[in-house]
Amino acid sequence: METVWSLLRNPWVIMAIKIGVGLGLVMGMVPMMVWMERKVSARFQLRRGPNRVGPFGLFQLVADSLKLLWKEDFLPRNTDRIVFLAAPIMAFLPGVLSFALIPIGVAGGNELLGPGGVMAVSYISMGLLVIMAVSSVAAYGIAFAGWASNNQYSLLGGIRSSAQLISYEIVMGMAVVALLMMTGTLNLAEIVQQQAVPLFHISFLPHWVNALIPSWNIIRQPLTFILFLVAAFAETNRAPFDLPEAEQELVGGYHTEYTGMRYAWFMNGEYAAMFTMCAVLTTLFLGGWTFPGLGWVSAHMPSVIDWVMGILHLNISGQAVAWIPIGLITFGAFFTKVALLVFFFMWVRWTLPRFRWDQLMKLGWNVLIPLALANIIGTALFLEYVASRFGFGG
Amino acid sequence: MSVAPARDKNSREDLPGSRLAWFTRLYLPTIAKGMLISLRHFFRKPVTIQYPEQKAKISERFRGEHRLTKDADGNMKCVACYMCATACPAQCIHIEAQAAPPEWENRDKIPKVFEIDMLKCIYCGYCVEACPKEAIEMTNKVPQVYDNRQAFIYGLNKLLNN
Repeated sequence: METVWSLLRNPWVIMAIKIGVGLGLVMGMVPMMVWMERKVSARFQLRRGPNRVGPFGLFQLVADSLKLLWKEDFLPRNTDRIVFLAAPIMAFLPGVLSFALIPIGVAGGNELLGPGGVMAVSYISMGLLVIMAVSSVAAYGIAFAGWASNNQYSLLGGIRSSAQLISYEIVMGMAVVALLMMTGTLNLAEIVQQQAVPLFHISFLPHWVNALIPSWNIIRQPLTFILFLVAAFAETNRAPFDLPEAEQELVGGYHTEYTGMRYAWFMNGEYAAMFTMCAVLTTLFLGGWTFPGLGWVSAHMPSVIDWVMGILHLNISGQAVAWIPIGLITFGAFFTKVALLVFFFMWVRWTLPRFRWDQLMKLGWNVLIPLALANIIGTALFLEYVASRFGFGG
Repeated sequence: MSVAPARDKNSREDLPGSRLAWFTRLYLPTIAKGMLISLRHFFRKPVTIQYPEQKAKISERFRGEHRLTKDADGNMKCVACYMCATACPAQCIHIEAQAAPPEWENRDKIPKVFEIDMLKCIYCGYCVEACPKEAIEMTNKVPQVYDNRQAFIYGLNKLLNN
């Protein structure tokens, strides 16, 4: 027992466990999201969705993955071989990599899992910047796939995708700038903790009433949220911005020539990117792992555990192990928000029709970028002339 | 007489220059409305019929496979008049006549061969309308599927017992 504990305190072992959990979370969520998408889209169209294989059709995803695994690995002639083979991996990796930076919960001040108990695979002080950098690499995977396939449809899809991702990357970057002016930090965990404090301090109300309205950035910066959300839809190639793979006009778009498992990597990458983007949105705008009442829960957790342990006649101090349930609860809050956002992404996909190409570019350059610029200036003026006078905001 | 010049439907001038038009061009209210509509659909009951276990309810008036009817004595009503074969737009009815047995006093002819090619049939029901003896009618049986073409040609026996 003692050796197991000392092994668990080894930083390398902790790192390996964290990587395993982070990778497993994203990779495990991908088939779940495919299943969820099929179910949700079915319900929006008054169908039932998969319900034959296993309970609620859950084994459908196993069947689908097995099918993709066993399919022939077909390489078309006259492709640029190396680029063709590298493209699916490049499209897939950014989604998984950037999830490593997102704090998914806080283990009640226990330093075992990270500084301050923050549960993230990699807790660094400029996580947001790294996420922005890594997620833009996904565009290369798609552009490479389109270029290397030696197929006009793929090429068109790849070109569209590069243009789209570059345009909306700017919007996203500018939205983040406005957000950063208020937060003053690139540290994702600090951004989350800033959102945990109540929005208002109305003196005649009891503290818990004030605490009901947290200062989530979606409330403090609604325009930034909308800009970031639209850019997130475009970045993840989700409807109504799914032009790169517009199946009606481009067959399959950039992945027309891909089959079997290589195609599956694109699919995985798309859903992993969506999951990560929802996690980023949750962290930046929806208060990450926090929720109103978290402070109360964390404060009472040790005594609750002491009480339970007293009933069970176990000699475990609540103060020592309180970080475990707190970590699970904060992760649960985080995960619930992400799941709701994923549902929102699907909801939008099955409601809105796809943009035409020129409409997409017009929206990006003529509407969103000027809006984002105005948002930056507006935020700056607000911080300088309003927030500093009245002592709230940044 | 002056006629207003035709306007480009997509031009901005065509929209009334009110604040409402500006608000409409934001599209966000319309998007929200659409999202609510799709959400309402989300919570509705699915209309799917789980086929092998449940079957769709077929109307009594459904025009399915044909049947040759019998009279009170249990003899077929058909008198081999060729009216149905003549009326058939798909020409899927093939009849060969023979003399009726002497004990069937009410007619001269009965069919020796009465075949309907179910692959050719378009289930229009004209044969039923054409028949002077009400000898042919349509059941509400859904057309069946077989693995060879010969099986789709329904003969006298099959049609009488359909």
